[in-house]
Amino acid sequence: MVKVKHAKPESFYKVYERKLTTKKVTHYCPGCGHGVAHKLIAEIIDELGIQDRVIFLSPVGCSVFAYYYFDVGNVQCSHGMAPAVGTGIARTLENSIVISYQGDGDLAGIGMSAIIHAANRGENMAVFFINNAIYGMTGGQMAPTTLLGQKTLTTPMGRSTNRDGNPIGMCELINSLTAPVFIERVSLANPARVIKARRAFKKALFNQVERKGFSFVEVLSPCPVNWKMSPLESRKWIINKLEPVFPVQNFRDIEEKPERYERVEMSDEELLNLFKIEKEMEIKPKTKKISDQHIKIAGFGGQGVMSAGVLLANCAIMEGLNSTWLPSYGPEMRGGTANASVIISENIIGSPVVDNPNVLIAMNAPSLDTFEDQVSPGGFIIVNSSLINRKVKREDVEVLYVPASEIAKDLGLITTANIVVLGVYMVKSRVLDTETLKQVIPISIKKKHLTEVNLKALQAGIDIFKEEAGAHI
Amino acid sequence: MSESYITINDDECKGCRLCVDACPKKCIVIGSNINLIGYQYARFEQNGCNACGLCYYVCPEPGAVTVYKKDKKGSPQ
Repeated sequence: MVKVKHAKPESFYKVYERKLTTKKVTHYCPGCGHGVAHKLIAEIIDELGIQDRVIFLSPVGCSVFAYYYFDVGNVQCSHGMAPAVGTGIARTLENSIVISYQGDGDLAGIGMSAIIHAANRGENMAVFFINNAIYGMTGGQMAPTTLLGQKTLTTPMGRSTNRDGNPIGMCELINSLTAPVFIERVSLANPARVIKARRAFKKALFNQVERKGFSFVEVLSPCPVNWKMSPLESRKWIINKLEPVFPVQNFRDIEEKPERYERVEMSDEELLNLFKIEKEMEIKPKTKKISDQHIKIAGFGGQGVMSAGVLLANCAIMEGLNSTWLPSYGPEMRGGTANASVIISENIIGSPVVDNPNVLIAMNAPSLDTFEDQVSPGGFIIVNSSLINRKVKREDVEVLYVPASEIAKDLGLITTANIVVLGVYMVKSRVLDTETLKQVIPISIKKKHLTEVNLKALQAGIDIFKEEAGAHI
Repeated sequence: MSESYITINDDECKGCRLCVDACPKKCIVIGSNINLIGYQYARFEQNGCNACGLCYYVCPEPGAVTVYKKDKKGSPQ
């Protein structure tokens, strides 16, 4: 009797849809290390019986198409971000086995911050870091792991310390963090090393079955084409050149399952309490036809232009309309210039950007100076006349002058000027019902003891429009 | 007489010669024929294969090599 001892692992697809000539070979070059690493992973997935639980993260690089080969859950991640994607998956699908498979450009270049922070948080994932000391897919440029003196497309005279820095040892870096449970560097340079690498691969994956935590395997892998060598020469080069710089060894293997922070499940009620939301509102069915509102609310930081925008957008949503809110502000929390763009429409809103508002609410003089010319003809401008002395120059727009800050000051809270102008806007435009805002304010406001004064400010806005509108339009 | 052996799928081999180098029994050679994807592919020549699997592990193609091992107890098929 003869038995099959080694065959194509079940965790590979039978055929690979991408290749036209034969649907059975990978896209990797002859003698590439990726195929070997893939095979080890697939074999261990079979062995551990976890094919239905694995979510395999493909990187950007030569292995970008790994999802054509692995018959498991697959996500192709943006460049370097696989550990961030994996964090989300591992935390939300707690039964998943997350495998992040990344090259040196992806992991140690553009994705350096993502990998370090995922490792530092001890996320449940097995990371296979394919280190071939070069950018493969893009044609052989210098990578963070390129050796000193190594000639690449972008270091034709060889990598130099002064100009390019030294090769980065990712295992050593990650070994400086507390959270990871398993860190090992392996090599694919000869059969014995491949068998040894298999053990490290298995350990890293078994750690995921046990939900033990972050496991990192760096794989010294050949890139014969970009190294400009035969596959056999490339194996010798790994042993003679790469391994002395990147020592093949185990850095960490923690036996005990570390105590980990347990995720707290929150009920809907607890969530509402957390955000100090007392009750939820029903969204009303849409009843009226409106014209699209492109609103710009502008002022200095602290005047509540952002809050006013959010309140408007919330009111619109409550009334069954579509709305977007887009803030724009400087780094300072108070005193800088700020504006909010709000769009309200019956239709789906394509872009939240408001270039030419048909409603401008100018809370201070610089805001009027900046946005007056951008208002579309026929639109209207609400001017906070407490802080803006000049008149609007445009003649093709309607203007309402409202001493909002003074009204707010008389009510006892100058920062409610934003609510005063909202009242004016709502009565003037007739797009939204002031009753909706009266319901939204108590829910949205974080400082509940200020609910009453805000409602008073709204009423004042409604009233002043009624009293003075005729005189100012 | 039957022994352990391997099979190589002709059209999955890229002729990288890693298996030729890895085989301790010198059971694999590169043939002169060219396959569908344009490579001179490896061929198995029985020379005392003991199904050690090294060719399988060094081969970068997932399905190119299959290793069959002689069962110690049963009679060979």
